[in-house]
Amino acid sequence: MIRFALAAIAAALIALPARAAVDIQEVTTPGGFTAWLVEEDSIPFTAIELRFAGGTSLDLPGKRGAMNMMTLLLDDGSGEMDAQAFVEAREALAVRFSFEVHDDGLSVSAQFLTEFRDESVALLRQALTEPRFDEAAMQRTKAQIIAGIRSEETDPDEIARRTFDELAFGDHPYGSPSDGTVEGVSALTREDMVEAHARIFAKDRVHISAVGDISAEELSALLDGLLGGLPESGAPELPVAEFQLQPGLTIVPFNTPQSIAFFGHEGISRDDPDFFPAFVANEIFSGSGFESRLMQEVRVKRGLTYGIGASLIPKDLGALILGRVGTVNARMAETIDVVRAEWARIAAEGVTQEELDSAITYLTGAYPLRFDGNRRIAQIMVGMQVQDLPIDYIATRNDQVRAVTLEDIRRVARRIYRPDDLHIVVVGQPEGLEASN
Amino acid sequence: MFHRAFAVLAVLFAAQAAQSAEVTGFALENGMEVVVLEDRRAPVVVHMVWYKVGAADEPRGLSGIAHYLEHLMFKGTKTTEDGDFSRIVSENGGTDNAFTSWDYTAYFQRVAADRLPLMMAMEADRMVNLAIDAAAMETERQVVLEERATRTENDPGSLFSEQRRASQFLHHPYGIPIIGWRHEIEEIGLEDLQAFYKAHYAPNNAILIVAGDVSPEEVRALAEEHYGPIPANPAIEMRDRIEEPPQLAERRLIFRDARVSQPYVVRSYLAPERDAGDQVAAARLNMLSEVLGGASATSVLGRALVLDQKVAVYSDAYYLGTSLDDTTFTMIAVPAEGVTLEEVEGAMDAVVADFIETGVDARQLERIKTQVRAALIYGDDNLSGLARRYGVALTSGLTVADVAAWPALLKDVTGDEIQEAAALLLDRERAVTGYFLPADEAEAEVLQ
Repeated sequence: MIRFALAAIAAALIALPARAAVDIQEVTTPGGFTAWLVEEDSIPFTAIELRFAGGTSLDLPGKRGAMNMMTLLLDDGSGEMDAQAFVEAREALAVRFSFEVHDDGLSVSAQFLTEFRDESVALLRQALTEPRFDEAAMQRTKAQIIAGIRSEETDPDEIARRTFDELAFGDHPYGSPSDGTVEGVSALTREDMVEAHARIFAKDRVHISAVGDISAEELSALLDGLLGGLPESGAPELPVAEFQLQPGLTIVPFNTPQSIAFFGHEGISRDDPDFFPAFVANEIFSGSGFESRLMQEVRVKRGLTYGIGASLIPKDLGALILGRVGTVNARMAETIDVVRAEWARIAAEGVTQEELDSAITYLTGAYPLRFDGNRRIAQIMVGMQVQDLPIDYIATRNDQVRAVTLEDIRRVARRIYRPDDLHIVVVGQPEGLEASN
Repeated sequence: MFHRAFAVLAVLFAAQAAQSAEVTGFALENGMEVVVLEDRRAPVVVHMVWYKVGAADEPRGLSGIAHYLEHLMFKGTKTTEDGDFSRIVSENGGTDNAFTSWDYTAYFQRVAADRLPLMMAMEADRMVNLAIDAAAMETERQVVLEERATRTENDPGSLFSEQRRASQFLHHPYGIPIIGWRHEIEEIGLEDLQAFYKAHYAPNNAILIVAGDVSPEEVRALAEEHYGPIPANPAIEMRDRIEEPPQLAERRLIFRDARVSQPYVVRSYLAPERDAGDQVAAARLNMLSEVLGGASATSVLGRALVLDQKVAVYSDAYYLGTSLDDTTFTMIAVPAEGVTLEEVEGAMDAVVADFIETGVDARQLERIKTQVRAALIYGDDNLSGLARRYGVALTSGLTVADVAAWPALLKDVTGDEIQEAAALLLDRERAVTGYFLPADEAEAEVLQ
């Protein structure tokens, strides 16, 4: 591969097609759920996406890792079925479930064949509403989580991320790994699982989308059956995460040939009126393509790295702008100098008209290409709802990108790129660098 | 519901195959093969050119040259500048990238359907007109070395895998890493790159795959216009690589690294690959990997090691059947707390021996077959993935007909055949077993 996917830190900026004929219907069920649906009957299956707001941030103090573990256990026995019986049933229907939890939400993705629709949805309902949290499954899952935590402890990228998060958000859940610690996970109980489950699975926390071989009427009935048994509400709203990161340079000594640096400072929230100019500025500055300034300066001109990028990460309770780069220990100091200089340059000068024009061409042209699969479209639609975007956002999004002016970027770049606020975490044995404290 | 599901299974395979993207294959007069996957759901196309050359085709001592050349293919031609390619793709709202493996090097773009002619014009240009600038080449060498550091040297699991592969293939070039050994990447010269490019980049060594909102007729006309005028290179012959000799001695590796915190054991066996018109043995091994690996709650290894004996936290088995030459069948077990690698390996061996004795659970096999069929339907949702599957197959010596025949071959595999395949293959004396371990305590202290 010629380019390194920076997916690990990329903020999923959701947007929709100008040209692509994505015909979204809003479906309101008798049970009171609202879902966005695209009917697409050319392949005999349906993709459903549910997003429950809150995610691992809902972990109670002292119970870090509970939401993550509860999510993993959804696939490990429910109703009358133990883990083996559940997975056997899932395999017999060839239904695909994925349960994933992140800082701000728990995602449920399901794809099922039209011929097995009813059985598949019944199985999903059982997993979501009647998980067993059996002792055997708990022990097994704990062991797997702990094995994962152990591996992460010696992964330089993971060390850099943890260090940055902790410095930025301290005791807030954003400040620690969502899978918890070895000690914390070992101490989790079945009651903690039940509690975590009750905190997140509620009617007032869910967003829903569906794409595929299903009609509005069928979807409506399906959703009332699937989600009708959930309680009305879950955990209370969470406080905003206070951003604590001070400018500086932190070095975490680690014996590895290539140092990893995470760099950034406080970012901009998704509902900020300047979000679009910020998004376009970020694409020019540090987007994933070769054309971004950081890729040009650090990789193409100097060969300092295989990949560099920085993303706006607007979480629900706090926003970051965060970048990542890896380079051999001997050249990390030079790499950081280039990053700092570019950070200062965009803040002081903004971008050129030529850069803006080509970014707009790219962003508006690439937009319709996203809608190329049932599952993908379902994910995008649920993301739109989470961000509170209107159902006709698709039709207006490219116009909003085109409306961004050079002056907007200049104003916003000064605001969002603050070279004096940069904090850089380096994991490795970088030469010629000194920690700031 | 569980039981009801089984009742439905009986009629499953009577049902028609999934309605998939329309597949058309043909060749240009200069020998370039073309595959079109028509799918009209979105106004998008994926345009790919796959060359039948990879890391296993490199001259000895120049490991990494295929991948290094892949990087340089973005650095300009006789009429374009360094970086123009990706810039133009991106100015047209598209994305592009490339990848290299042992058997192939591939380039692709995802663009709006009406930009296809431009993509073909640019890809045809760099098929024969690449101009490698010496200074850009040196900078890019640093990028490649950084890539090696990122992917391999910073990740003990990758280093371990590289070492295991080198032991697996004593003689066949599959034993070299795709990215190359560091000391050889450092020495690759301009002339080496130019010679490699001239020897392998030509229409009669390439496969064009276009997937998405376009008809085969349109693709044919465009391909004839852009790729058609490029003459074939008569020096290019079918690849006929040296063969790996039979393995007569068990091979064991112990890899230690201070950065390892979770040990595991990996066992790999040299195994036959899918051959054109002869995929039955591979189909059996594919099903064997599904039976042994897969979900820990239902697979043979998972049920025994993770669920029942609790000696492992994770286990898996996988088989990479799409390959030009002999491939590998692999099993992995991650021991539970307090269990040694010797113990978990012993348990794994016992499970395998028992499996060879008792065979396949018929209900598990039926479930796997349901999923194989469903995978075809779900697979149609991901056009890039589908295009890639054809590219890998066609650069591994298979044909469009072989790809089409594969699902039915999987469906036909019986439990007895899987059992037989296991008995034939899973002989520890003909395998490589690797232990992945933390550094010795004493050593670890020195390192810190």
